[in-house]
Amino acid sequence: MTIALGLSEFTATELWTFTFVVLTFGAYLYIGYANRVRDTKGFYVAGQGVPAVFNGMATAADWMSAASFISMAGLISFMGYDGAVYLMGWTGGYVLLALLLAPYLRKFGQYTVPDFVGDRYDSQLARVVAAICAVFVSLTYVTGQMRGVGVVFSRFLGVSITWGVVIGMAIVAFFAVAGGMKGITWTQVAQYVVLIIAFLIPAVAISAKLTGNPIPQLSFTFSDITEKLNQIQIDLGFTEYTAPFQSKTQLDVLCIVLALMVGTAGLPHVIVRFYTVRSVRAARFSAGWALLFIAILYTTAPALAAFARYNLIDTLHDTPVDEARSMEWVASWEQTGLLTLDDKNGDGVLTLSPEAAENEILIDRDIIVLSTPEVAELAPWVIALVAAGGLAAALSTAAGLLLVISSSFAHDVYAKLIHPEASEEKRLLVGRMTIFGAVCVAGFFGIHPPGFVAEVVAFAFGLAAASFFPVILLGIFDKRTNRQGAVAGMVVGVVFTASYIIGNRFFGMAPFMFGISAQGIGTVGMLINLFTTLVVSRLTPPPPEEIQEMVENVRVPRGAGATRSH
Amino acid sequence: MSESDQLEQKSSLKDQKVRTAYWRKNRRLICFLLAVWALVSYGFAILMPLRYEIGSLPANFWWAQQGSMYVFVVLIFVYAWRMDRIDHEFDVHEVESEEGS
Repeated sequence: MTIALGLSEFTATELWTFTFVVLTFGAYLYIGYANRVRDTKGFYVAGQGVPAVFNGMATAADWMSAASFISMAGLISFMGYDGAVYLMGWTGGYVLLALLLAPYLRKFGQYTVPDFVGDRYDSQLARVVAAICAVFVSLTYVTGQMRGVGVVFSRFLGVSITWGVVIGMAIVAFFAVAGGMKGITWTQVAQYVVLIIAFLIPAVAISAKLTGNPIPQLSFTFSDITEKLNQIQIDLGFTEYTAPFQSKTQLDVLCIVLALMVGTAGLPHVIVRFYTVRSVRAARFSAGWALLFIAILYTTAPALAAFARYNLIDTLHDTPVDEARSMEWVASWEQTGLLTLDDKNGDGVLTLSPEAAENEILIDRDIIVLSTPEVAELAPWVIALVAAGGLAAALSTAAGLLLVISSSFAHDVYAKLIHPEASEEKRLLVGRMTIFGAVCVAGFFGIHPPGFVAEVVAFAFGLAAASFFPVILLGIFDKRTNRQGAVAGMVVGVVFTASYIIGNRFFGMAPFMFGISAQGIGTVGMLINLFTTLVVSRLTPPPPEEIQEMVENVRVPRGAGATRSH
Repeated sequence: MSESDQLEQKSSLKDQKVRTAYWRKNRRLICFLLAVWALVSYGFAILMPLRYEIGSLPANFWWAQQGSMYVFVVLIFVYAWRMDRIDHEFDVHEVESEEGS
């Protein structure tokens, strides 16, 4: 760390941030150490002993990434109504998960998603395809987390992004390698507490300041701030904040919401959380708790988005440039390049405008959440708490993803295919080695990020929607679905979705499916997968008797505990 | 092999009937809850132009950014609670010793 600056140069905010980061990281390390494991069952599924409420909390922390914490409210702030694609898309999937997947996967009771795919379709090929998909989806997703760690460190501690990522990775490596899923789960419980407090305090403060009502959900619905914001937007030449389909077509909004929902339900690091609870019953309730804990942040975010936008316009628009620059937060965010003030017409006063040639205030969406406490003039310790919350969100998600990458290789490929007779110690060692390797890969992508946090994450959803969801769903609800259908469906779904996204994003291909964007194309990929799987399954022989018996067995809760004694 | 597994084998024919009825009831509950899920998110929030307001927000906007999420949480707890009852009704619930809690 670069403390070479000298202690005297630290501001109050930096000292508070340093204190919170050291305290919270110390707690994570301690929890990871206290929950270290000695067997693969503890390493991959936390010994299947996590109570429903705590698994819900861990799932929520696992789920809410740097994108949810740092970028989402900012995105909504710029998108208005259309930002709801993330709100509904990233919560609605839990309904699918709770009703269609989680209880049955818990009954099935193995360690990973490729385990289910491999056993249900009695195919090592399907297992390997699923493992490759799991690694690909999780790697795509983890890159966004590390960028988030870098942003927080560089802004709040004055540490370079590279060092920020290295420190973050060292912490994750410690508790993930030592504690596996058990260490990760209990660390995530602590991280949920940190991140939700950090998100709520500034939101409550800005809500109380602007409306006099401290509960953001209520003041968002009942105060006149959004009406005022609508009016300001119209006066400045923007469209109304609450007007739908401004940045996307109605069809695209529909497809993105569905792709994100189905993708959520198909993400391996989310699904695997439901393997860690004690029973089928606990899996169902755990999904409810998870969504409740997630919804606390997700229903606050749109309120924060509207309040922050109102407050920013109110503070900066029509303000003399010199006065704006004298505000401490303006000066420090301008330094990071995420806020740009440029008095283009030279009148000495800032103007916000939808016309790029006239607009004099450029705000990066990633700073909305991080700058809110400063803009609202809250105490330095609140600002520091937000930094610690952002780090908790990024690290908890990264840890869950790293475990999936590790288990896909060490469990699904190494232990099941390459070296099936390996001893328990050997498997655990390989698990630990791959998690360490995955940490290094994630660190590399954190230092060399491929794009925007939220955007990169959205791609992972399209791929999960087009690969895992249909195969698991039909594996449980359609006994006739067989190996040939599942493999064909996964391959066609992933190839279609990946080539559409890559073609659209990197080779300038115009969207041709009725203008559905890269984010929403997972919906089409999923439908193609479902169709292919159903058709191919019915053109080929039905699955063998014992597989059909297994499906029957997965459908009833009784006997879930028995798998634990294997 | 646990005691419940042995019992299952003895009465497999009756068991088969129970399982089929249980599965039908489960599917019906899932279909109903997913219909509500689709109505609030795709219906109220995206596809149906609603002319009224909730608080000071246009109804479509409120359903998209607040209401649908509240309904999602309720749906999952309703499912968990109803399935708990249905599991007992068909006697396919997990027995105490294996649940471990």
